[in-house]
Amino acid sequence: MNNSLISIKNLVKYFPIKKGVFRSTVGWIKAVDKISFDIYNGETLGLVGESGCGKSTTALTILRLEEPTSGEIFFQGENISSINKKQMRKYRKDLQIIFQDPYSSLDPRMKIKNIIAEGLAAHNLLDSRTRVQKVGELLERVGIPPDYMDRFPHEFSGGQRQRIGIARALALNPKMIICDEAVSALDVSIRSQIINLFKELQSEFNLTYLFIAHDLSVIKYISDRVAVMYLGKIVEIAPKDIFFKNTLHPYAIALVSAVPVPNPDFKRKRILLPGDVPSPANPPKGCRFHPRCQKVMEICSQVEPELKKLDKDHYVSCHLY
Amino acid sequence: MNRIIRKLLNNTASLIGLLLLLVFILIAVFAPYLAPPLFPDPYQIPRMSWDVEPQPPGFPMSDDMRFVYESLGKPITRDKAIFGTAQGGYDIFYGLIWGTRTAFRIGIITVTLSMLIGVILGSLSAYFGGWLDELLMRITDIFLSIPFLVAAMVLTTILGRGLDKVMIALVAFGWMGYARVIRGSILSTKEEVYVMAAKALGVKDFRIIAFHLLPNTIFPVLVQASMNIGSMVVTAAALSFLGVGAPLGYADWGQMVSFARNWIIGSPGKAGEYWYAVFFPGIFIVLFVLSWNLVGDTLRDILDPRLRGEL
Repeated sequence: MNNSLISIKNLVKYFPIKKGVFRSTVGWIKAVDKISFDIYNGETLGLVGESGCGKSTTALTILRLEEPTSGEIFFQGENISSINKKQMRKYRKDLQIIFQDPYSSLDPRMKIKNIIAEGLAAHNLLDSRTRVQKVGELLERVGIPPDYMDRFPHEFSGGQRQRIGIARALALNPKMIICDEAVSALDVSIRSQIINLFKELQSEFNLTYLFIAHDLSVIKYISDRVAVMYLGKIVEIAPKDIFFKNTLHPYAIALVSAVPVPNPDFKRKRILLPGDVPSPANPPKGCRFHPRCQKVMEICSQVEPELKKLDKDHYVSCHLY
Repeated sequence: MNRIIRKLLNNTASLIGLLLLLVFILIAVFAPYLAPPLFPDPYQIPRMSWDVEPQPPGFPMSDDMRFVYESLGKPITRDKAIFGTAQGGYDIFYGLIWGTRTAFRIGIITVTLSMLIGVILGSLSAYFGGWLDELLMRITDIFLSIPFLVAAMVLTTILGRGLDKVMIALVAFGWMGYARVIRGSILSTKEEVYVMAAKALGVKDFRIIAFHLLPNTIFPVLVQASMNIGSMVVTAAALSFLGVGAPLGYADWGQMVSFARNWIIGSPGKAGEYWYAVFFPGIFIVLFVLSWNLVGDTLRDILDPRLRGEL
């Protein structure tokens, strides 16, 4: 299992802050700041973190929908971080994305037939008749009657639209799909259906997922490994079982403690973090978490911790360990 | 689509607009039957007499004029000027009927071409941004800073007399509004998630513009275009009135108004004696512009983004 499909090395994405008449750059939003991780073939890597910590930016940068400021992205050993738009097109078939909002991610003026077939058309795959046939098969696979293919997106519910989004991503037979909060906007009941669909599709099409969510219970259900992000940094990565049994980073511990347990008698200690997430334009010196950390030490405000390998596959960036 | 048609027919104002437009279309289509031409070029207005001053409605063709047409070998089917004649004996009725064709031609060709230019420049500018946006928008600003009528007049004067020259001038100074409108809506639409999804699929830039951005942004431009057809015709008429438009005797509403220029007040003691020379061409222009404005208004109501929820 340990051959990586995607390997990210020191990925950085800064957004300029522009002000004034001359639009001069007065600072940078450090959305993603030197992160490195691998996604192995066939696994699901769950990426968690609160809003604005850079999860989505990471996803968009991997797909080159945002240009990385620096760092490298390797896809099956090929560096795709600096190739041009034209060369990137051939990798687009292998790397797909499903977005959070099922309402805005489908073009309201396009029939779903054309939405799903768009990737095939863009890469000149199949002739138009087999395309329609393929669209029918895909719709059936994601649980939508194929004779709905001539309808427009507004005629579907949120869950159905998300299924259409999944069919669109599947059309090109990708090797990897990034699910950017793909179930966050859905009802709880629909959410479990869609997550199960993701699981089925994974074994059927041998997919690799980067599953982004802010809900740890979803991550716990679907992931093989978990990565926790805080303010543009990865603070902990571990296989799922190890992560939930032996959470190490104080931020990750606080996150895990917030997962609701469906048992009224269960008494647990919730860790409430003081303060707000600092601005990514001006992150704290040293460890980015230190102003909110319960176990803060002298060194934390001075030295930025590195991501250290503790156990096999368990990485954490904290001075405690 | 059905919804649009139903809405157009349900509203009194738009119904009037559509009916007026239909009447003008019928006039344009059946012009050869309503006013059979006497010259090989049907846009040449026949003269009913050699009189300098306008003649009242019902004025019969003079004998020497009849002799001229007979020697040309054309059967004379109409020998009365039912709307009177303009200065120089030009038949007002004939000029207005064939002028309808000219009006449609000017309106539709100039608006289509300027919309095409505006949409292409505006969407390239918005989609690619950066220095291209800066360059194209500054060019637009320069064009916008020149007063439309003056610019069109100067250009027509340089190019010479003729309706094609008028149309070139109208297109050259009429595309900026479309560029601005389409740029604005594409700037906001290109941030939509479905555009990003298309990019992730590897869809090429021009396909994204053509299949995602334009279908979602073109409607305000179409509304603006339908309203502009009327004002383009007015501007063309104004140019003709100022003497830089259609050549003498060409069937064009502006020309008909221009013929009336010296006779508007009438003669001493008889104010408004030549009312027909001003009234008929004037009412044609007013109704034509009105019909396009009413249709454009309704289109805007129907296609307004706030009402799009009904879709």
